[in-house]
Amino acid sequence: MSRPKGMQLLQGNEACAWGAIDAGAGFFAGYPITPSSEIAEICARELPAYGGVYIQMEDEIAGMAAIIGASLSGKKTFTATSGPGFSLMQENLGVGIYQEVPCVIVDVQRVGPSTGLATRPAQADVMQSRWGTHGDHAIIVLSPASVKEMYYLTVRAFNLAEKYRTPVILLSDEVIGHLRENIALPEANALDIINRKQPYEEPEKYLPYKPDDDGIPPMAAYGSEYIMHASSSCHDETGCSNSKPDTNQKLLTRLRTKIYSNKEDIVQVECFGPADAETTIIAFGATSRVCKQAIVEANKKGMKVNLLRLITLWPFADEQVQAVLEKSKAVIVPEMNQGQILGEVQRVNCTNTPVYQLTRIDGELFTTAEILSKIREVAI
Amino acid sequence: MTKKIEAIYINEKNCKRCGYCIEFCPAKVYGAAKDGLPLVNDLEKCTGCGFCELRCPDFAISVEVTVSE
Amino acid sequence: MFYKYSDYLKTEAQPYMWCPGCGDGIVVRALAEALAELNIPPHQVVIATGIGCWGKADDYFSTHAFHGTHGRALAFATGIKIGNPGLHVIVLMGDGDAVTIGGNHFIHSARRNIDLTAIVVNNYNYGMTGGQYSATSPLASHTATSPRGVPEPGFDVGALAETSGAVFIARSTAYHVLQIKKYIIQAIQKKGFSLVEVMSPCPTHFGRRNFPGGPLAMMKYLKGRAVPKERFDKLADHERIKYIATGVMANKERPDFLTVYREINPAKQLAELGGVKK
Repeated sequence: MSRPKGMQLLQGNEACAWGAIDAGAGFFAGYPITPSSEIAEICARELPAYGGVYIQMEDEIAGMAAIIGASLSGKKTFTATSGPGFSLMQENLGVGIYQEVPCVIVDVQRVGPSTGLATRPAQADVMQSRWGTHGDHAIIVLSPASVKEMYYLTVRAFNLAEKYRTPVILLSDEVIGHLRENIALPEANALDIINRKQPYEEPEKYLPYKPDDDGIPPMAAYGSEYIMHASSSCHDETGCSNSKPDTNQKLLTRLRTKIYSNKEDIVQVECFGPADAETTIIAFGATSRVCKQAIVEANKKGMKVNLLRLITLWPFADEQVQAVLEKSKAVIVPEMNQGQILGEVQRVNCTNTPVYQLTRIDGELFTTAEILSKIREVAI
Repeated sequence: MTKKIEAIYINEKNCKRCGYCIEFCPAKVYGAAKDGLPLVNDLEKCTGCGFCELRCPDFAISVEVTVSE
Repeated sequence: MFYKYSDYLKTEAQPYMWCPGCGDGIVVRALAEALAELNIPPHQVVIATGIGCWGKADDYFSTHAFHGTHGRALAFATGIKIGNPGLHVIVLMGDGDAVTIGGNHFIHSARRNIDLTAIVVNNYNYGMTGGQYSATSPLASHTATSPRGVPEPGFDVGALAETSGAVFIARSTAYHVLQIKKYIIQAIQKKGFSLVEVMSPCPTHFGRRNFPGGPLAMMKYLKGRAVPKERFDKLADHERIKYIATGVMANKERPDFLTVYREINPAKQLAELGGVKK
C-alpha cells in the first residue's frame, strides 16, 4: 500500500504505474484489459494518496477522452490498454495530437488482430502506434525492454509529452508487462521532471495555439484567466475552427516539425556488443532481451555480432539505422510480428545491405537458439 | 415605476428573416418588409416584455427601455 | 462585477452559422442569460461540445471551450471536470451526439452522477450532415435516410436519463424561451448530472421534410404540442404520442461522483498511511 522502498522485485506493469505517479500523474482513466490491468489496479489503489483520481470509464473511447479533458484542466494524465482497447482509442488519440494535449498511453501488446490471445505477447501494434489514427500526424512511441525501463521510460514519456505538448505512447508487451525484476525506485525528487510551458503575457493577449519560436504554444489550463479553446476541428491560433486553405497547411506542418526537428532529443537507441561487428541485429522490446543473450553466446563462439536496440520506435531512428546498414554486411530484424520494423529498416536501406527477417507470431518469445541459428546462417 | 420604450434596434446584418419576432410578439408590434426583415409598425404598442430579444436566434433585436420611478 | 449575457459570447462572430429559425441561437441566448443571472465569471466556465450544428457553439462562447469527437463530449467533459472540480462544465450536444452515438456515455455519466450540466438540443435528426435520422427521429418521419419513413421509434431522452439516474431532468422547447433559461439555471446550480433537453426546429432538414412552411411551421408545431408534465401524465397512452411533455421531470438528491470518490478514498488519510511525502 505504499511506495516500494529499496531494492524490490517489481512487476513491469507495477513499475510503470510507479513511474507515472513519480512523474506527477494525477489522473488515470481507462478500462481493464489483459495484460495491462495491473497498471489500472495499482493506480486505483495508490493515486488517491497522491491527490489523484482513478476513474474506470465505460470503454476505452471514453478513457482516452477523459485523459485529454483532465490534461486540458491542468493534470498529468494517462491510460493503459492493449490491442483491442488501443484500437478503440484511435479516434480520440487523434484529438490529443491535433489539440496538442500532453498525456501518456500505455499499450501492453498482446497477440492480435481482434481478440487474438489475451495473455500472450506480440509486437504487432508498431504500425498502429504510428498510423492507427487517421490523418497526417507525428507521434512519439517508446519501447521498454525491462522492468527498469517500464519505470524510467514512463517518466520519460510524461516528460516528452509535457515538453512537446503531445500524446506519447509507451509500447510495451505482455512479457515486459508481467516480468519481475529487481529495481530500486529512485527518490521521487531525484527525477528530472518537465512541466508544460505556461502562458506568460497578459490574459487578453493569449492565443492558445500561437507557437513560440520552438514551435510549441504555451498551454493554459481550463479555469485560469488565460482562456483556452481546444477544438478537434481544423483550428487557427485562437483555437477556433478555421477552414481557410492555409490553416491546416500551417498547422500540420508545425505539428510535424515540432516532433521531427527534435529527433536528437527524442530518439534513443542502445548499442550492445562489439562496435566493429559486421553483423547487426536490430530489435526492440522483449525480443531484444533474447537477442542480447544470443549475441553474448555468438561472440563467445567467435561470431562477431552486435545489437542496435530501438528504445524510441517513432520517430524512427533513420540516422542510426542507416549508419548500421552502411557499416554492416548483414542485418537481422527479429520481431514478434510479420515485419513491421523490417519495412522501416528497408525504407532507409540505401546501401542495399542484405536484411534478414525473423518473425514469431505464435504468442511465444523467440528462443536464443532461434536467434543464434539465424546469426550462424548469415554472419560474416 | 414606469417603463418607456425608447427604441427598438434591428441588426439587419444579423437578422436571418426567420419571422419569429413578428409572429410571436404579444403586442403585434412588428410587420414584415418584403424580404422578411421585421419593421416596427407601432412602437407605442411595445410593452418592453423583451420576448423578441430572447426569441431571436441571432441576437438581432435590442429593445431600449428606460425605467423611471 | 455583474455580468451580462454578452460577456459570455463572441459577438464579433455573429451572425452565427445556424440556419434562419434554428433553435440553437435561442438556447445560446438562454444559456448566456442564465450564466449572467448566476453571475459566474467566464473563466470558471467550460463549454464542451460534440459534433453537429449545436456542436459548433464552442466557437461562439468567450468562456473556456472544448470541441470533441462525435458522441464523446460527456467523456471529455468528465475529465475536464475531474481535472478541475471548481469549473462549471456545460456540455452541449445534439440528439445524435447525446443519445445516438453518445448513448453509452450518456447513460454512464448519469449513472455515476458526474457533476455536469448537459444541454441537449433535440431537432429529431442529424442536421449538419444533411438531415439523416437519429435515435430521436419519430417513427415514420421523413429524413434523408428514411425517404419512406423511419422504421424505428425514437428515444425519450428524459426517460433514458431518468432510468440512468440523472438527478435533474427538464425539458422545454425553443418556443418557451423563459423556461429554457429557468431550467438551465436550476441545472447549473444542481450538483450532479443535470439535463436540460430543448426540442428545436430544424428548418432546413427535419422541418422542411415534415413541417412544410418555413421556420415558423415547425416552431408552431412545438409550441402547440408542448404540454406541462402534470397534464401529459393524465393523458391516455394513445394521446401521448401527439404531445411533448415539458417541465421538470426529476429533481433528486444523490451525491455526485467526486463526493463519493473522496469519501471512499480520503486523500489525506491514505497519504499518511502510505507515508507519502509532499
